[in-house]
Amino acid sequence: MYEFKYHRPATVRQAANLLTKNEDAKLVAGGHTLVPVMKQRLASPPHLVDLSHVEGLDTIEVKGRNLVIGAMARHAEVASSATVGEAIPALAHLASLIGDPAVRHRGTIGGSIANNDPTADYPAACLALGATIVTNKRKLKAEEFFLGLFTTALEPDEIITKVSFPLAKKAAYVKFRNQASRYALVGVFVARRPSDVRVAVTGAGGNGVFRVTAFEEALQKRFSPKVLEGIPVSAEGLNSDIHGSAEYRAHLIGVLARRAVDAANAEAKASSASDGAAEPEAPAS
Amino acid sequence: MAKISMIVNGNPVTANVDPRTLLVQFLRENLRLTGTHVGCDTSQCGACVVHLDGKAVKSCTTLAVMADGHEVRTIEGLAADGAPLHPMQEAFREHHGLQCGFCTPGMIMTAVDLVHRKGHELSDETIREELEGNLCRCTGYQNIVQSIAAGAKAMAKSDLA
Repeated sequence: MYEFKYHRPATVRQAANLLTKNEDAKLVAGGHTLVPVMKQRLASPPHLVDLSHVEGLDTIEVKGRNLVIGAMARHAEVASSATVGEAIPALAHLASLIGDPAVRHRGTIGGSIANNDPTADYPAACLALGATIVTNKRKLKAEEFFLGLFTTALEPDEIITKVSFPLAKKAAYVKFRNQASRYALVGVFVARRPSDVRVAVTGAGGNGVFRVTAFEEALQKRFSPKVLEGIPVSAEGLNSDIHGSAEYRAHLIGVLARRAVDAANAEAKASSASDGAAEPEAPAS
Repeated sequence: MAKISMIVNGNPVTANVDPRTLLVQFLRENLRLTGTHVGCDTSQCGACVVHLDGKAVKSCTTLAVMADGHEVRTIEGLAADGAPLHPMQEAFREHHGLQCGFCTPGMIMTAVDLVHRKGHELSDETIREELEGNLCRCTGYQNIVQSIAAGAKAMAKSDLA
């Protein structure tokens, strides 16, 4: 790792000033992407601005019709949060699938989306749920935020402070992992929102996370896996590598989307049953 | 250089470090706590797992400056010198949960964290899932899983957390 100067601001404003003052300064949250690439000398920021001492960036709360998660909330906190589990269980499930337990204790939602790794899980949730990314300067819709491989709309001195997810009627995330790296070879997040249906795909796109509008239109009419049968997914623009061809990934998108719709329906059914204070089912003997 | 202070295995420690010092380097090279190992050095193998404020983290992917003001526990901190082993360590010995032993400190720190989060009755499935970030090249995991299940039960009856 190359040398750098380490800064530890106490407020978002101080952090932003440090970014403005020091060219090529980098923010570090959990450090689970940045530290490894610095070790490999693929990144060599002269200044590192650590956000972990900034107060109030890790709150998780429901505000009106939104689940608002602070940028520094760790994956483990999102995964185990009762608030998330109740508001958007699919998001808690997604967080529980990232990396491994030790990685989830450090990695943050803000770090994940700022990095916009094409195989990261959170971008799919942001795009499908129609999240708003809140920064120290403005509010960005997910579709304006994710611009391509490791590229976002963030300006050099802009800091994500929280991510606001509108509550969905139904949602599910299904991830098909690469057997070795355990990253998403393909991950599909399906959300039935009050006004529409969205299907977002991570891991497969050559240009990062994207939506499958043909699936969305079909699911809009009827939210059932059956309606997706026979809708082709083009392999054009999808990743092709030693882990899977573009055609294979295209196939997986269809399979995982159907599974996600199934899971979303099952989840909604289970939660409405428990809300209705129905008699608990007798345990299978 | 950056001045850092932290509690390591119950003892206050203060040092001046280059900010690029990894937590694992600091533990091994400054404090001579060489029980924490560097395996892959890419946050995949888990040989470097320690507890930071009671939670398992990969010390090869954490800067020492990030642990400033926090509490760190390493494999050396599980049981006092000369005292009986921590129940999780004892379970690994009893159930032959290691062969070469390189991954063992990380396995045990991960296992203890797992018990803190999920309790003393752990299914094999849970244990295997939770070992996602710890690699062993010798055992084939079977005895590690048995050790953790037994260690988790034994921790319920022990004063050592």
